[in-house]
Amino acid sequence: MTLLGQFALWIGLIASLWGFGVAFLSRWQHRPELGASAIRAAYGVCAAMVVAALALWKGLISHDFNIEYVAAYTSRNLPDSYVVTAFWAGQAGSLLFWALVLSIFGAIAQVVTSQRHKELMPYVAGITNMVASFFIATMLFGGSNPFERLSFTPPDGNGLNPQLQNPGMVMHPPLLYLGYIGITIPFAFAIAALMARKLDAGWIHAMRKWTILSWIFLSAGITLGMWWAYVELGWGGYWAWDPVENASLLPWLTMTAYLHSVMIQEKRGMLKRWNLSLVIGTFLLSIFGTFITRSGVIASVHSFAQSSVGYFFLVFLITTGAAAFALLYLRWPELEPDAKLESLASRESAFLFNNLVLVGIAFSVLWGTLFPILSEAVRGVKITVGPPFFNRVNIPLGLALLALTGIGPLIAWRKASTANLQRQFIWPLVFGVVPAVSLAALGVRNGWALAAWALAAFVLGTVLQEFYRGVRARIRMYDEAAPTALVRLVNRNRRRYGGYLVHVGILVYFAAFAGMAFKVTEEMTLSPGEVAEVRGASGHVYNFKSLGVSQYNAFNRIVTAATLEVTRDGKPIGVIKSEKRQHIDSFGNKTFEPSTEVGIRSGLREDIYVVYAGSIAGTEEANFAISINPLVWWVWFGGVVLTAGGLLAMWPGGRTAAPTGRRDVQSGFEAQLVGTEAP
Amino acid sequence: MTPRTKFIAGATIIVASVVFLIASGVKETGVYFLTPTELFSRVEQDPTFYDVGIKVGAKVVRGSIRRDDAKQQVDFEITDGGKQFPVTYVGLVPDTFTDANEIEVIVEGKFGRDGVFRATEVLAKCGSRYEAELQEAKKAA
Repeated sequence: MTLLGQFALWIGLIASLWGFGVAFLSRWQHRPELGASAIRAAYGVCAAMVVAALALWKGLISHDFNIEYVAAYTSRNLPDSYVVTAFWAGQAGSLLFWALVLSIFGAIAQVVTSQRHKELMPYVAGITNMVASFFIATMLFGGSNPFERLSFTPPDGNGLNPQLQNPGMVMHPPLLYLGYIGITIPFAFAIAALMARKLDAGWIHAMRKWTILSWIFLSAGITLGMWWAYVELGWGGYWAWDPVENASLLPWLTMTAYLHSVMIQEKRGMLKRWNLSLVIGTFLLSIFGTFITRSGVIASVHSFAQSSVGYFFLVFLITTGAAAFALLYLRWPELEPDAKLESLASRESAFLFNNLVLVGIAFSVLWGTLFPILSEAVRGVKITVGPPFFNRVNIPLGLALLALTGIGPLIAWRKASTANLQRQFIWPLVFGVVPAVSLAALGVRNGWALAAWALAAFVLGTVLQEFYRGVRARIRMYDEAAPTALVRLVNRNRRRYGGYLVHVGILVYFAAFAGMAFKVTEEMTLSPGEVAEVRGASGHVYNFKSLGVSQYNAFNRIVTAATLEVTRDGKPIGVIKSEKRQHIDSFGNKTFEPSTEVGIRSGLREDIYVVYAGSIAGTEEANFAISINPLVWWVWFGGVVLTAGGLLAMWPGGRTAAPTGRRDVQSGFEAQLVGTEAP
Repeated sequence: MTPRTKFIAGATIIVASVVFLIASGVKETGVYFLTPTELFSRVEQDPTFYDVGIKVGAKVVRGSIRRDDAKQQVDFEITDGGKQFPVTYVGLVPDTFTDANEIEVIVEGKFGRDGVFRATEVLAKCGSRYEAELQEAKKAA
């Protein structure tokens, strides 16, 4: 099968290079048939990558340990589901996965985009082919070929790193990749619009769904990554401002900025240059993220692989960035704004400030991540910044952003009157101030946390008010029952109400993040029968009674488990077990270092988080680190709300096109949707 | 003032706050990241460098790890090939921190005048050691 895989990679490389070349040649030579050929090449690359992927999966499933990749990441006793997902456990497979998904996305984009945008499509194919050719070339020439064979056949493989044997880790990388890769499609449309000089809002409508889709994938991928870090890494938190985590946040921030600023372009014809820059920048940051993860230029505990492949990415990053911005510069005079800012109290300026804050956060995260390299280059000494830096910079900026999340949707376009401001903001402000004052009266003294909760409640107030007013208007106008009115209201304007739901997700995140300021951690040593008490920030008192340590063999590991019987305020709430796992291969030899399984009891108010840190000299006297982590459950809940809101905003169908065919933004969008349904 | 100037004023405030937060954040939270050799030459030139919060990236000397489980204390030596010194740490070390091979660690803490590094944090790099072993096996075969 490796021969077939190799062959498919070469076919994919040739087809993608061809498709890249002729797409742009067709413009210079005015030969449209070459453009059609570029599109056919995109389908060809997709077919080749599917064949290559099937070949790798075949090798994995049949335990062909003569294939280096299979031997490096799987073993005979690895559970089947992890054998399948070992596809993206290593670098070579990740690159293939990337090329596979990119080529599929590229082909889908060709199929679903309306005929109205057909002038753009050869260039879109050209860009997706170009990016695909880069990934395939990196596999073939960067020493990361997943089909490389060994000169001998090991009896068993190395197995998968135990930290990656976790359901979260099965889904986290592909979701994140889907987000990164999805960004390529908007980037391709942006470049296509610049190339074809079709600089009206057409390209934005053509690829809107791709921006929301990739944003949802990124959000879900980041949240799952937090969940994985929380349940698997055992340090008790979910975000450590590690370079690899930061790298995934960067494109999310700029993409979020774009999703807002694009509304100004649609409504008012402003910010054309800024939007193009954001799309190009987001794409570059997604490549940068892969570069950071893969190159190991910045010391990170998450860097599972290090290799020279990073430098392929660096070269690609620089050349693509230079070419894209040069093209933008050439078209600069054609991108004059159609309107001017009319008032500071307007939605335009609220969105612009939101963009500045988002890009400011992205810049600070990038700066902090690269600071060791920058300081070494400039001052000859490596200086690192860690979580204290990121928290210090990003807590105030994040809260400013949260405030703008509430202000933006309520303030009028163009120019808001004082009456408008009063009408919109009085109730949400009350909504924000009351809980903050009550919490302060109850003795909460953490200013940042109070501010976060006040602003979160304020934003919640704005969203509830919008829903309430919309429903009330429908009840009055159409005499509908409240639930019907709600469903129809949302259904008629999914993008808007989906967006509000996303805002709810965001405010839930912020409220949950603030909870971690009240985390309590205690380390202790317990003999069987011994009891320790931990008091959570909420005032609950937990008692932990050690039930001793037991050892047994499981499928592919030897487990040492420490069990605690837990009571809350005197009432028993069950047992929590934390394990040390020593993974073994099918001959019983130890593989990898022992890994810890955290014991977690999750709750709405707080999580009980137990780490068994080993026993003393083989006895049942065990060391524990126990944390009471407030509001963590709400982070995952926020992720669910946010994803649901995003899906609602992009869900196809709904209201049909306005029959008059007005160039109204919303109806234009819907018309395009209808166009996509017919093949 | 036109709306545009007002907006520019607002934007300037945001940009200035971002710059200020970054600059002051780096100044107050930045820590030196040194190799053992760099650390030794620094403290020689400038004795005020003792007992200042720094990070050191190095390898753990094989066989040097001494654990006192009762006190949850770990003592070990780190080196970059040039200089070597003892580290002492109280707390839980990550799973990847073992004696099995020369693991790379980043220790954060203070280097005392007695030549002992008192770590407040120990990070161990997840090994790509299995990949490395595989490469070796491949070469050998």
